[in-house]
Amino acid sequence: MIVRRREVIHLRSDAEIVRARQAVRAMCAECGFSLVDQTKLVTASSELARNTLVHGLGGTVTLELLEDEPRRGVRLLFEDHGPGIADIARALQDGYSTGRGMGLGLPGSRRLVNEFELISEVGVGTRVTVVRWR
Amino acid sequence: MERIPILRMGEYLLVTIQVDMHDQLALTLQDDLTAAITRYGAHGVLIDISSLEMVDSFIGRMISNIANMSRILDAETVVVGMQPAVAITLVELGLSLPGVRTALNVDRGMRLLGALRHASPAEVADDRSEA
Repeated sequence: MIVRRREVIHLRSDAEIVRARQAVRAMCAECGFSLVDQTKLVTASSELARNTLVHGLGGTVTLELLEDEPRRGVRLLFEDHGPGIADIARALQDGYSTGRGMGLGLPGSRRLVNEFELISEVGVGTRVTVVRWR
Repeated sequence: MERIPILRMGEYLLVTIQVDMHDQLALTLQDDLTAAITRYGAHGVLIDISSLEMVDSFIGRMISNIANMSRILDAETVVVGMQPAVAITLVELGLSLPGVRTALNVDRGMRLLGALRHASPAEVADDRSEA
């Protein structure tokens, strides 16, 4: 698998969530995603970026344009060094929220991507990796 | 501070969201709209989201909040112009926008607001029935 392009965006403010989803949209377009697929990954990125900012107390998202012949895709890696998630199973349930949201961020974005991986350690931080293939 | 303009049209308020909203801007709009409903005694709010390329759970919650708050203030809210890709994504995300009335475009949205305003609740059919 080849990474054609990589881009890192800091997530420290509301404005940077907007920047992240615009960068995701641009990369999806570059990858040749349909409008529906673009919208799905952009929406998932918005949810996950907000989690990184609100729950992870800020972090980064790394965007990667993947080529794995014959398919192409976009991988997003959200990383923070915040408090971590104590109960991952619960965090992945619909409607469970500790923040200002509706508890749809993690379970909802999981439904919008093809691959989803969540690694978190209390006191160390959280890493969420998602991939959507064209 | 950056704000989304609220236009007054007779007894209705009209909002067209044309920017990619950051979270604080969405919260400000929610506050501004409820204040405007009270100030002008508005009976309806029309929110045009045809330029919105994405509705995530935060914006979805803002839309639901506006609909619920305005109802308590005796104003109905109709959301119009949602792009098909946005609708598909919203459903998969798990967001159903409870309590929010929708119409396909501004024209139908205005008619729905009129119907809501001048009919008893039982007589008001959903916008889909006239399609």
